[in-house]
Amino acid sequence: MKLAAIDWVILVLYFIFVLGIGYALKRHMRSSEDYFLSGRSIPAWVAGLAFLSANLGAQEVIGMAASGAKYGLATSHFYWVGAIPAMVFLGIFMMPFYYGSRARSVPEYLKLRFDEKTRGFNAISFAAMTIFSSGISMYAMGLLLNLLLGWDFTVSVWVSAGVVLLYILLGGLTSAIYNEVLQFFLIVFGFAPLVFLGLQDIGGWAGLTAALNDVATSRGYEAGAWTQTWSMTGEPAANPMGVEWFGIAMGLGFVLAFGYWCTDFLVVQRAMAADSMSAARRAPIIAAVPKMLFPFLVILPGMIAIGLMQNVDTTGFSLPSKADGAINYDLAIPMLLMEYFPNGMLGLGLTALLASFMSGMAGNVTAFNTVWTYDIYQSYIRSGASDAHYLMVGRVATVAGVSLSVAAAYVANRFNNIMDMLQLLFAFVNAPLFGTFLLGMFWKRATGHGAFFGLVSGTLAAALHHGLSLPRGSVVGVKGGWLDVMQTYPSEMAQNFWTAIYAFTACFVLTIVISLMTRARDERELVGLVYSLTDKPQEQGVAWYARPAPLGMVVLGLTLILSVLFW
Amino acid sequence: MSQPLGLDVRWPLGLLFTLIGLLLAGYGLIYDGRVPGGQDMAGQPMSGLHINVWWGMVLVVFGASVLWLARRAARAGAVATPP
Repeated sequence: MKLAAIDWVILVLYFIFVLGIGYALKRHMRSSEDYFLSGRSIPAWVAGLAFLSANLGAQEVIGMAASGAKYGLATSHFYWVGAIPAMVFLGIFMMPFYYGSRARSVPEYLKLRFDEKTRGFNAISFAAMTIFSSGISMYAMGLLLNLLLGWDFTVSVWVSAGVVLLYILLGGLTSAIYNEVLQFFLIVFGFAPLVFLGLQDIGGWAGLTAALNDVATSRGYEAGAWTQTWSMTGEPAANPMGVEWFGIAMGLGFVLAFGYWCTDFLVVQRAMAADSMSAARRAPIIAAVPKMLFPFLVILPGMIAIGLMQNVDTTGFSLPSKADGAINYDLAIPMLLMEYFPNGMLGLGLTALLASFMSGMAGNVTAFNTVWTYDIYQSYIRSGASDAHYLMVGRVATVAGVSLSVAAAYVANRFNNIMDMLQLLFAFVNAPLFGTFLLGMFWKRATGHGAFFGLVSGTLAAALHHGLSLPRGSVVGVKGGWLDVMQTYPSEMAQNFWTAIYAFTACFVLTIVISLMTRARDERELVGLVYSLTDKPQEQGVAWYARPAPLGMVVLGLTLILSVLFW
Repeated sequence: MSQPLGLDVRWPLGLLFTLIGLLLAGYGLIYDGRVPGGQDMAGQPMSGLHINVWWGMVLVVFGASVLWLARRAARAGAVATPP
C-alpha cells in the first residue's frame, strides 16, 4: 500500500512534537541529576507509563505478535506469569532499596551493597548490552521499513537515530520519559482498531477460535492449543511452545522475568526518577495494569493473522515467507496494518510503530549514558570533577551511544551471526542476576566476594548448560551443543528457560556458600540496603489505593482471573 | 508539584492527539476513507464503517480530556503556590 499525504502529515506532526518536547525541556536541564534522573520529580502515573513503554520497543511489539502467531495465546505467559508478578514484587519489596539508598543506578546499588568489582561487572556488561540492543532494534526497523514501504535502510536508520539523539541531548531522561508517555498512547490508539477490525473480519472470538483450532489440529496438536494458556502444558510435546508448566513457572516466571523487570536499569531507571518513595513504588504497579491487558493488543493480532492465513482461500490473507521458506511471523502486525487500515489510519499505525522503535532506542541510550557517566567514567576514569563536567560527559555519552548503536545496526546488517552470539553472551550474564539481588536485598550476611563469584559462576553455568544442550532439530553452534550434546530440548524456548534455571541456582547456591566463608560486613553499613536492617516505609493514613501493597494485590488478583478465564 | 519541570506532559499529549484526531476525522469526511473498498477480505460489506471519522473523533475526545486535566492541574497549582 502506498502512503498518502495524510499519512505523512501525521508522521511529521509526531516528529515535531517529539523534538518540541526536547526543546521545551532544555532550559530545565541544569544539573546531572536533572539530566540522568529527571531531578527525581516525575509523578507516579508518568513514571509508570514510561516504565511500561521503555520495554515496549518495536521488537517487543513485533516479536509478541510473531509469538502469538507461532505459539498462540500461551505467549501471554510472558505477561501474566512473567512480567506482572515481577513488577509487583519490584514495587513492593525492591523499590525501597533502589530509591531509598539514593543510588543513581542499579550498578551503583550493587556498589553500595556489595563492592566495586560486582558493580564493575554489572555496569560494563549492561552498558555494552544497551548499545547492542539499541543497534539490533535499529537494524530491525531499517529492514522492516525497507520491506514494507521500500524506504532506504540507511535513511531510516540515520533519520530515526538523529531524532532520538536530538531529543535526548536536549531534554535528557525527562525528554525520553515524556516521549514514552506519548508512545504508550500511540500504541494503544494505533493498534486497538486493528484488533477490532481483525476480530470483526474473522467472525469474533468464536470465529478466531474455530480458525485457530484448525491451525492446531493441522499441526498435530489438540484443538485449543492456540487459544488456551495452561491446559496443554502438562507435557512439552502437547503445546507449540514445547515447554511444560514447571519450565514456564520457574524458568520464565521466576528467573527470567524477575531478573529482567527487577534488575534491568533500563526499566528501573524510570521508577527511580519518580518524585517520592511512594510514587517510585507505585510506578511499576501502575504499569502492571495496562501490561496485563497488552496481550489483547499485541498477541491477538498475531493470532488473527495466523487464523486468517489458515483460511487463505476465503480470506486471501497470508504472511510472506523468508528466504529459507519459513513463514515470516514478524510481519503479522505490519501486514494487518496494510490490510485493514485506509490512508489516514495507516499513518497513525505507522507512527505508532515508529514511535515504539524510537523509544526502544531512547530507553537504551538514556540507560547507557547514566551508567557510563556515573558507574564507569566517575568511578574509574575521573572522579571528583564538577557536576557540570559530568553533565557534559553525559551529553557526549549520548552522542557516542547513538553513534555506536548506528554502527551496531550496520554490523547486524552485515554479520547476523555476530549479533546472535552477542545476544547469547548477554543472556548468560543476565540469567543469574536475580539471585544476586535477591540475596543482596534480603540476606544481610551476603558479602561482596560471594556476590561477585556467585554471579560469575552463574554466568559460567549458563554457558555450560547451553554448550551441552540443543533444541530438537537445530544445528550444533549458536543454538547450543558446542561442547557436547547431552540433553535435547523440544524447543529453543525450553532450552532458554532451563539455562536460566541452572544459572540462577548456581549463582544462588555459590553466593551463599562463599558468603559464609568470607567476612561479613558491619551491619551499620548496610542500613537502607538490606530488608531486615531498614525501617519499613510509613503508610498510616494513606488511602489503600495509594499504597503499593494493596494495589499490588489487586493487580495480582486481576491477573489470576485473566489466567483462569483463558486457562 | 503539578509542574515540577515546567512542562506538564499532559499538554503535548493532549494537543498531539487532538490534532491527529481532527486530521483523521477531517480527512475521513472529505475523502470517505472507508476500509479499503468498503469491503472486508471475504467480500462482505463492512457495514460502511468510516474508521477514519470514528476513530478520529475518539482521539479528539481523548485529547480534549487530557487537555482539560492539564488545565485543571495548572489552575490548582497556581492557587496552591502563588508566584
